[in-house]
Amino acid sequence: MSGDRRPSGLTRNLNAKIAAVPMILTALVVFVGCSIWSIGYSFTSSNSLPVNEFVGLAQYERLFKTSRWIVSLKNIAIYGVFSIFFSLTMGFLLAALLDQKVRFENVFRTIFLYPFALSFIVTGLVWQWILNPTFGIEHVVRGLGFETFSFAPLSDRNTVIYALLIAGLWQGTGLVMAIMLAGLRGVDEEIWKASRVEGIPAWRVYVSVIIPMMKPVFVTTLVLIGSGIVRLYDLVIAMTNGGPGASSEVPAKYVYDFMFSRGNLGQGLAASTIMLIVVITIMIPWIYIEYGPKKRA
Amino acid sequence: MRSLIAALATSTALLVGAPASATDLEVTHWWTSGGEAAAVKVLADSFTAAGGTWKDSAIAGSGDTARPIIISRITGGNPMGATQLNTGRDAEDLIKAGLMTDLTELAEKEGWKDFIRPSKLLDACMYEGKVYCVPINIHSWQWMWTNPNVFKEAGVEPPKSWTEFVAAAPKLKEKGFIPLATGDGWQVEGIRNVLTVALGGSDLFLKIARDKDAEAAKGPEMRKVWEGMEAARSFADPGFVGRQWNEATGLVLTGKAGAQIMGDWAQGEFGLAGKVAGTDYDCLPGLGEKEILDTGGDAFYFPKNSDPAVTEAQLKLASLLVSKEVQVAFNLKKGSLPIRGDIDMAAANACMQKGIAILAKEGAVLPSNEQLLSSDTQGQIQDLAAEFFSAPEMTVDEALEKFSEIIASAK
Amino acid sequence: MSVTSVEPSGARPRRLSPSRFMIYAGLFVAAVYYLLPLYVMVVTSLKGMPEIRLGNIFSPPMEITFQPWVTAWDSACTGLYCEGLKVGFWNSMKILIPSVIVSIAIASVNGYALSNWKFKGSEVFFTILIIGSFIPYQVMLYPLVIIMRELGIFGTLTAIIVVHTIFGMPILTLLFRNYFAALPVELFKAARVDGAGFWQIFLQVLAPMSLPIFVVAVILQVTGIWNDFLFGVIFAGTENYPMTVQLNNIVNATQGVKEYNVNMAATILTGAVPLIIYFLSGRYFVRGIAAGAVKG
Repeated sequence: MSGDRRPSGLTRNLNAKIAAVPMILTALVVFVGCSIWSIGYSFTSSNSLPVNEFVGLAQYERLFKTSRWIVSLKNIAIYGVFSIFFSLTMGFLLAALLDQKVRFENVFRTIFLYPFALSFIVTGLVWQWILNPTFGIEHVVRGLGFETFSFAPLSDRNTVIYALLIAGLWQGTGLVMAIMLAGLRGVDEEIWKASRVEGIPAWRVYVSVIIPMMKPVFVTTLVLIGSGIVRLYDLVIAMTNGGPGASSEVPAKYVYDFMFSRGNLGQGLAASTIMLIVVITIMIPWIYIEYGPKKRA
Repeated sequence: MRSLIAALATSTALLVGAPASATDLEVTHWWTSGGEAAAVKVLADSFTAAGGTWKDSAIAGSGDTARPIIISRITGGNPMGATQLNTGRDAEDLIKAGLMTDLTELAEKEGWKDFIRPSKLLDACMYEGKVYCVPINIHSWQWMWTNPNVFKEAGVEPPKSWTEFVAAAPKLKEKGFIPLATGDGWQVEGIRNVLTVALGGSDLFLKIARDKDAEAAKGPEMRKVWEGMEAARSFADPGFVGRQWNEATGLVLTGKAGAQIMGDWAQGEFGLAGKVAGTDYDCLPGLGEKEILDTGGDAFYFPKNSDPAVTEAQLKLASLLVSKEVQVAFNLKKGSLPIRGDIDMAAANACMQKGIAILAKEGAVLPSNEQLLSSDTQGQIQDLAAEFFSAPEMTVDEALEKFSEIIASAK
Repeated sequence: MSVTSVEPSGARPRRLSPSRFMIYAGLFVAAVYYLLPLYVMVVTSLKGMPEIRLGNIFSPPMEITFQPWVTAWDSACTGLYCEGLKVGFWNSMKILIPSVIVSIAIASVNGYALSNWKFKGSEVFFTILIIGSFIPYQVMLYPLVIIMRELGIFGTLTAIIVVHTIFGMPILTLLFRNYFAALPVELFKAARVDGAGFWQIFLQVLAPMSLPIFVVAVILQVTGIWNDFLFGVIFAGTENYPMTVQLNNIVNATQGVKEYNVNMAATILTGAVPLIIYFLSGRYFVRGIAAGAVKG
């Protein structure tokens, strides 16, 4: 899939290199630079502003003694696993359905996509209403005669994270659908024709031909969903603000709270460093799969 | 690479907009609701009358939204003319970095020390003997707001104290009312803080917040406080998660809930709804147990600016903010108490008058948590209070133990 | 509403077979899930405050009022000024248009270079970029402020464009790289044989057949940039405050009575620009590859 020959000299592929200058600058200056900066200050006792007062691993010791941080990690793991699974399946399913030459495709696609456009501040509020026992779904269903029906996921410490998931999927699957649809639209029409001629059922074509072909698209989606999970913040603020208690706290909120509301930059950056390490650890297999085999070839 | 950045820098420097005209003073704050905006308007109008131009830059969402924006802009070299910022330790770093205008000269000339009361307010603005901010009002946490009609409807006497409330609350619950309306997070921590003063008194409060006395933090006095929290926990409804404080106030004023423990800013809600103190609602300072108020409040800081005209405008505004006329007009609108005792607040309502009377008493005034504890420690305590409140299986003993640990590690 | 009333016609008219029925049923059920919150928002935005206090969020308005919409756009107060959302609209546009164009232009070229013109080290930079997309934005706030200050562009339109380009780059680059990687390599090879160069192949061969992915990129960026609040307020400078500042101030006022109807109207209004883009993007969601040649 690369250019036909591997270039050797600096001038080979010069256009591509020039074109990549912004990317190289962003990667080195912003991402590597900022990471080094934040890791560095995680070893200091910085309060509201960064200061060079070295305190060793104190911030990390405190971090792992804080029950709120541990809860945050647990929550993000649960949220992450479910979010990835449902986003991919729902997103692909919706895209596949839309790809069946349906009427009103534009309408359906916009319906699935619109939540992505709305600010979390208010959509969080709306979901909070819908899930609220006193005037939401529980209230309505009880009104229909099911007196014992109980549905109050936001007030229960064990279910609140799933309530966030319902709203998170509502907001994000539309975009996954759009990317999948773009991927499906990139599939050669000939494949469908050939499979129809040979009488292979559509679902088998999807499973054994289309999905493997769309691997790059799935990778894109996975990164998109994954970064959304790691950065999960606004939704929590809008719906529960971490409550009840600390039962819906997430790592990004921990980082933000300590950096900006609690004036303990060092603690916030220690948390973000741990997040970064976890992400890199999870990504190593991916990096290997992406680049490893090709280098051998 | 260096030259590239240099080139980038020079080419884009041309794009920087011309600085605002000299007397323009951009003011950032997070006062956006009806009553608050009216109070800001008082400030803006009097500044305009004094020959300045107030450029309003409101950012709603309590300090948490605005603070990173304010700090970033100051450190990025694009400072506003003046900004609301919590007193206490948050601004200290910016002062240390030399980014704030020194107001000492003005404060000495006008004798702020002589009329700002309680004097703790000005202390909160001082760093190494110099004045860096202007306290503008006093807010206190120690209030319980009740709806007497709810209690009457439930067949009990409206409570005049926390103890009476605790006795009456089960009756309310029986009749389907929410005894205690609250939200989550900081509101729950507020209840704990208020109970500390109301049940434990000034001594306990100061031992913990000022002296960081870890023993007192798990002593018998503090046990009473956490037992109070235990009671409060059982009086709240399950819908408290994600509820705003003003929604909780709404529950009280519409007769769905009996009481709410909330700072004096809750008064604005009753006022806006046209309710009358004494008949429609009652206010119990110090929960009717110990009439003691803490004295937190809002303050304005003035980031340093290279333009002398801006500095001049900053000093003009600072002087205006503490002046008698502005103090009266502003605080009546804001529902808060003035920072000076030498002015006439006859126009204030019954609840505000109670507050003013307490402020004038000897030994009835405490500094606020913000002035004594770092926001980091406050945050830890809040996490604990919120955890306790949402976990019915968490015992008072556990809470005491954890609380003591936090106080022990506080700086 | 009965599904059977929808007659599928279009390019290939067929009868409503059981499998077609299942398709529409599936789409319909999904649509209900996605529309429920919108329904609540719209209904709430058309009610007066007394009706909202009654607390039935699903009931249609007894008395329809458009006042909240007018208020949200025209006269909702944000601090001292009561001019509604309209104030920041053009500022948001000023930020949106260049940021979207620049970020997508750079990222699409990145993706193209990465999939078709790999050079030594290109994948290392790319990997850094991808890992960077997992760092919470807030962590990079202060260093970025310092970088922008040193570049002398803090508080200008340039700064906000650069910031959006930076934060859009990882996902967009990945999007384009993987999309281009999935295209048949023969297309690229054929163009090379014809003697086309780097830019020529990109502009004349690959870009035109990648409309769906450009649409996705536009959707992604328009939404992200239009709804951005934090970066806009910090980097763009006071004279360029985006519309989300007003939205935040209307919706997020923590003290005072919450006007839920105005909040809902303001949210839908702010979402209108991305929503229009989503809807209009429909016609570009066409089949990419070989579609022009093969599709009958």
